[in-house]
Amino acid sequence: MNYEQLLTQTALEDERYIVMTAENRALVRNIPAALGQRFIDTGITEQTMIGAAAGLALRGRTPVVHALTAFLTMRAFEFVRTDVGIPGLPVKLSGFIPGFLSDANGPTHQAIEDIALMRGIPNMEVFAPADEEDLLLMLPAIWSSSAPSYVRINTRPTHYHHAPYEPGKAEIVSQGEDITLLCYGLLFDQCLQAATILQAEGKSVGLINMRSLKPVDEKALIEAAQHSKLLITVEDHFLTGGLYSILAETLLKHRITANVIPFALKERWFKPALLPDVLQYEGFTGKQIAEEILGYPTGQQAVQMTPSEFAE
Amino acid sequence: MESQYQHLKDIAFKVREHIIRMSANGGCFIGASLSATDLIVFLYADFLNLNINNLDDPNRDYLFLSKGHDVPALYGTLAELGIISRERLQNHLSIDDHIYWHPNTKVAGIEFHSGSLGHLPSVALGVAIDIKVRGGNNKVVCILGDGELNEGTCWEAVLVANAYRLDNLIFIVDRNQFQANMATEDLIPLEPLADKFRAFGAEVKRIDGHSFSALDEALSQYPFCEGKLNVLIADTLRGKGLPSIESRADRWFCNFTTEETEQLLQELHGEHHAQLTSQTLVVR
Repeated sequence: MNYEQLLTQTALEDERYIVMTAENRALVRNIPAALGQRFIDTGITEQTMIGAAAGLALRGRTPVVHALTAFLTMRAFEFVRTDVGIPGLPVKLSGFIPGFLSDANGPTHQAIEDIALMRGIPNMEVFAPADEEDLLLMLPAIWSSSAPSYVRINTRPTHYHHAPYEPGKAEIVSQGEDITLLCYGLLFDQCLQAATILQAEGKSVGLINMRSLKPVDEKALIEAAQHSKLLITVEDHFLTGGLYSILAETLLKHRITANVIPFALKERWFKPALLPDVLQYEGFTGKQIAEEILGYPTGQQAVQMTPSEFAE
Repeated sequence: MESQYQHLKDIAFKVREHIIRMSANGGCFIGASLSATDLIVFLYADFLNLNINNLDDPNRDYLFLSKGHDVPALYGTLAELGIISRERLQNHLSIDDHIYWHPNTKVAGIEFHSGSLGHLPSVALGVAIDIKVRGGNNKVVCILGDGELNEGTCWEAVLVANAYRLDNLIFIVDRNQFQANMATEDLIPLEPLADKFRAFGAEVKRIDGHSFSALDEALSQYPFCEGKLNVLIADTLRGKGLPSIESRADRWFCNFTTEETEQLLQELHGEHHAQLTSQTLVVR
């Protein structure tokens, strides 16, 4: 089962679903044949697609809409906020190549403020699966909810087998007394490697795959802050408005203090290149994250990652 | 000939009275409301399958006000048709109600909120597509301002409507020749407007937007052409019905004194010309 197969099956089982795209067909190539008129491609018109999705939702439909994340969440932002957010319509945004996944496209395509923007819209839910398996575990609950939602689509494979998804809950991969790594999306894989290295260096390490950034699993964050000496947020997002901000808001709300080190993009876009080189250049490989936390180089081997499949 | 439309004229007259009353105590976009009054009355009271009993029926017709500033004309029409109470119009701008400067769905009979220009052409497009997919016969009308046509998303929606052959969708342009502060042709010229829509694949008619017989004749030909988006350019006057503010760039949003609105009501009745001293231009 992949993203397209799950979407096809979901839409075939439930007439309410409409699949839309602003001419980004990478994830939905076979859907026109499967769904016929319930597949709508509006061409390169992200704003019009979102407005039309709102109109379809007014008629009782659940549109699942596709575009490159940068254009879905930024070019069409006001349409999402005004036509979907104000009435709270069940429009499901599938954002393609978010964060580092835009690899060599350059800053026009870098959606690294998408979480800040989308979570700022009242009632909008925001999700960032760690890999394809995680994505497929999460989507049924996301799509069947009556809330508008935004998903950072991530179809990369990993070797990790995820726990079943519970709406709004994080996946607690491990708990540790020294350090807890908090992450989402494709950097989960790097954090797994970082945790392995940190453990090999004698640290007690926790790892949390956030999965849902809004609603956020406050309990998971609070417990991590209470049980670990150091929290690390890792995200391919601007420092402003992402997980580091969410953690800060949560700790402040509950009057908890903690030592926190963020790994994020601080007031800058990242250097465009193929994904493995981007991670290396920007210091987001598991080995680099672990060594930055430790403050010294280790003899641990870096794990090679596969390049991205798509160029857009 | 126009006498057969007397009941519509009577409704429109009362709607204009409501609009004038809403132009005091905080004010409203009186010019754009008066230009769209006859359009909205004709659509709601005659052309569209919309009434107090079918507002939630999926087989109803749909009316979207995209420019939004004309909503006092819809409030007045809804009150005259018994969909909301006339007394409720006294709550205009009240914190205790939802009758404010732009449309919202807390007022029965309003399908969708607007205010940000260039949005409802695409929302109406989505509704029209769904009706086509389901094989329905309902009509979808979206009223656009002429100034609103500066927004590129209006034209995106026309492109997509053409691609999906949406002959159940009608874009009506309230062509009152003005945008917020000045004449359209002095800022971002729109003419030849019909040619622009035709070049985008629409079937276009252009009529006097204050003539019920012209509206009736044009819309009785719906769909204008099978498989094509219907565009009706309704030539109107901003401030129609009140010679003292008609076609004036500086009478867009007005907040009159109650003395002035009393004079304007008399002017509407043809009694005498109002003497207006309020600030002429309030930018919102």
